[in-house]
Amino acid sequence: MIRLLLAGACLLAGFAAHAHKPSDSYLAFRVAGGEVTGQWDIALRDLDFVLGLDTNGDGAITWGELRSRHDAVAAYALSRLSVHSGAALCPLRVTDHLVDHHSDGTYAVLKLAARCPDAPQILSLDYRLLFDVDPQHKGLLRLERGERTLTGIFSPEQPRQNFNLASAGRLATFLDYGGHGVWHIWIGFDHVLFLLALLLPAVLMRGPGGWVGAQRFRPAFWEVLKVVTAFTVAHSLTLTLAALEWVQIPSRLAESLIAASVVLAALNNLFPVFREGRWVVAFGFGLLHGFGFASVLSDLGLPKGALLLALVGFNLGVEIGQLAIVAAFLPLAYGLRNSGLYKIGVFRLGSLAIALLALIWLAERVFNWKIISP
Amino acid sequence: MTLRCLWIAPLLWLLLSAGAWGKPFVPPSDGTILEQLPNRPTDPAARETRRLRDLWQKHPEDLTVAVQLARHYYQQALGEGDPRPVGYAQATLARWWGLPEPPGEVLLLRAFLGQYRHDFGGALADLDKLLRREPDHPEAQSLRAAIHLVQARYDEAAADCRGLGVRGAPLMAQACSLTVAALTGQARPSYRALAGALATRPEASKEQKLWILTRLGEIAQRLGEERLAENHYRQALALGIRDVFLLAAYADLLLDQGRAAETASLLKDGRRADVLLLRLALAEQALSRPQAAESRDALAARFHEARLRGDALHQQEEARFTLYLLGQPLAALRLAEANWRVQREPRDARILLEAALAARQPAAAQPVLDWLSRWGNEEPRLRQLAEQLGKLPR
Repeated sequence: MIRLLLAGACLLAGFAAHAHKPSDSYLAFRVAGGEVTGQWDIALRDLDFVLGLDTNGDGAITWGELRSRHDAVAAYALSRLSVHSGAALCPLRVTDHLVDHHSDGTYAVLKLAARCPDAPQILSLDYRLLFDVDPQHKGLLRLERGERTLTGIFSPEQPRQNFNLASAGRLATFLDYGGHGVWHIWIGFDHVLFLLALLLPAVLMRGPGGWVGAQRFRPAFWEVLKVVTAFTVAHSLTLTLAALEWVQIPSRLAESLIAASVVLAALNNLFPVFREGRWVVAFGFGLLHGFGFASVLSDLGLPKGALLLALVGFNLGVEIGQLAIVAAFLPLAYGLRNSGLYKIGVFRLGSLAIALLALIWLAERVFNWKIISP
Repeated sequence: MTLRCLWIAPLLWLLLSAGAWGKPFVPPSDGTILEQLPNRPTDPAARETRRLRDLWQKHPEDLTVAVQLARHYYQQALGEGDPRPVGYAQATLARWWGLPEPPGEVLLLRAFLGQYRHDFGGALADLDKLLRREPDHPEAQSLRAAIHLVQARYDEAAADCRGLGVRGAPLMAQACSLTVAALTGQARPSYRALAGALATRPEASKEQKLWILTRLGEIAQRLGEERLAENHYRQALALGIRDVFLLAAYADLLLDQGRAAETASLLKDGRRADVLLLRLALAEQALSRPQAAESRDALAARFHEARLRGDALHQQEEARFTLYLLGQPLAALRLAEANWRVQREPRDARILLEAALAARQPAAAQPVLDWLSRWGNEEPRLRQLAEQLGKLPR
C-alpha cells in the first residue's frame, strides 16, 4: 500500500513542498576579554521532538509547560555545545530563559555566559545539537568581538569550527587599525579644531598694529611643522602609555580637559598669552589628546598577539589623517593670509566659533549634558 | 568619545541583524500558547510514529524497521509541509546512509530525500544506480520521471514513463507519458487523452485522481482554457485531500483572472507554507488589505532565514515575491535566472520572462526563449511575453 501511495505521492507532491525551512538554531556570542556572553535560539518544535514538551498532550506548548522543563532544556542544550579558548575549556552556563518568534515558529531563547581562562585568540566551538536525530539541522552562529563580526554554519559535516579572533594577519591588523586611526582623526572634530586653532596664526605675524601676513613661506612652514610634530609626539606618548595600561585617567576627565584645551587654544588667538612657542602648548595639550585616542582604541579592543602592531598602525593612521588636514590647510591659509577674509573672517571669527563650540563640548562633558552631541 | 568608529559595517552583519534576531521576551503568563504542534500525542498518526520509533529503537540494525520508519517520516513531511521529518528519516537510516552501495530501499529513500532538498544530481545518481540493479523499479522510475520533467529533460522523462509501464500502475504510466507530451507540442491531444483515461477509471485511488486532475487543470490553464481548468481544480478540491500544489495552481489561476478575494479565502489557512503565503500576499496586496504588509514581512523573513542556512529552495517564489511585492525587477531577474538553472517548469519559465521584461533585459530571457521554440510550447501567455520581449531593444 505504501509503495503505491509513495509512487503516486512522488509524482504528485515531490517538489518544493516545503512549508518552511528545515530546523535551524541561532547562536549569537559576544567576546570581550575572557568573557563570552550570548544567546541561543532553539525551535520549540525541535525541543519537543527530543524532550517532549507538550506534557498535558493537548497539541500545544505553553509557557508554563516550557518553564517546568527549563532545567531539562538547559541540560540538553549545554550537553551539545562546548566553547574552548585554544585548548582550554570555557565552561558554559545558562543565565536566563526567554522566548522569541522566528519566521517558522516560536523559539526558546537561552541566555548564555562562559568565562575563558584568558582572552581567546582562537575560539573553538563544538556544536552537536540535534545532529543525531536530524542531520539536516544547522546551527547558525554570529560571533562578535569589538566591532568585528564573524559568522559560521554548523552542520553534521562541520560540527567543530575555529574562529580566529586575533584578526586575519599582521598586515591586516596593521591596516585595519591604521584605517581606524585615519577615520578617527577625520571624525574627531575636537582634535581637528585644536590643531586648527594652533595653526591659524602660523601664517600670520604680530606687527605693531596687529596681525599681518607672514612675509615668507618658509618660517610659516616651520611653525606648522613644529606645532604638528609637538602635538604628534605628545599624543603618541600618552596614547601608548594608556593603551599599555601604564597610565590611566578617567575618560570623562580626559574628554573634558580636551574640550578645555580647544577653548584655550582658540582664545589664545583672540587674547594672546602665548605669543611664541605655540609648539609648547601643542605638546602640553597633546598629552591630553593622547588619552582621548586611547579611549577609542580601548573601545576597539587591542589584539593580544599584535598589540604593538595595532598601536603603531592606529597612531600612523592618526598622523596620516592629520597630515592630510595640514596639507589642505597650509597652502590655502598661506595664499589668503593678507586678505581681510582670512585675518578677520577665518582667524578671528573662526577662532571665536571654535572657542564657542568647544565651550559647549566642555559643558556637555563636565555636566554630562546633551546639547549638540548625538 | 561621543562619535564612535563604525567604519567597518560588513554586509553580513547587516544581513544577519536584519531579520534573524528579534527581541526575546518573557511570555505574560504560564497559559500563553507558544507553539501549536501538528498533532496531539494521542492522535492516531502520532501513535503510529511512536510505535515505529519504539520498534526502531529496540532494533536499530533491522533494515526493514528502519525503512518503515523513514518512509513514515517522509510521508509526514509531505503531509504537514514541515521539512523536519525528512531529517528524522535520514537519521533513521544513518547506518546505511553513507555507504557507496547501500541496500536498494535505502538508495530509493536517499533519492526521495535528495530531491526533497532539490539535490537533483544526487537523487538521479542514486536512482540510476538502483535502476541498474532493478530495472523497471516503479517508484525509482516514477521519481526519475518527475525529476527529468522538472529539469525539462523531456526525452529522458518520456523513457522513464515507458519504463513505469512495465511494473507500475498502468493509469499512472499513461498519465506520466501524457504529461510529458503536453509539454512537447501536443498539449490539446494529450489533454483529451488524459481526461478520457481518467473517465474510464472510476476505480482509481483518490491520490491518483488528485494527481491527474491537477495535471489536467494545469494543462488547460496553460492553453488558456480557464473555465475548464477551474472545473478540474474544483473536482480535485472536492476529493478532500489537502494538497499544497493544487492550492497553489488554483490560486495562480484566480490571481491571473483578478479574483483576489476568492484567492484570499481559498488560502486563508495556508500561511504556514511559503508557496501559499506568497499567493496570499499577492491577493492581499491586490485588495489593499492591511494584512498585506504583515504577509510581505513574514515572507521576507522566511527567505532571509533560508538564505542564512545556505538554502535556495524557493527561488521561483522568491523571484515572484521580489518582482511583485518588493518591486525590484533586477533582483527578481537574478533569482529567476538562478531558479531556471535548477528547475524548468512552465511556471519557472513564466517568472523569468516576466522579470526580464520588467527589468528590460531581453537577453537574460534567451534560455527560456530557446526552451519555448525547442519544445514547441503552445502557451499563449508565454508566447505573448516572448513577443513583448522581442520588441525591446537588445
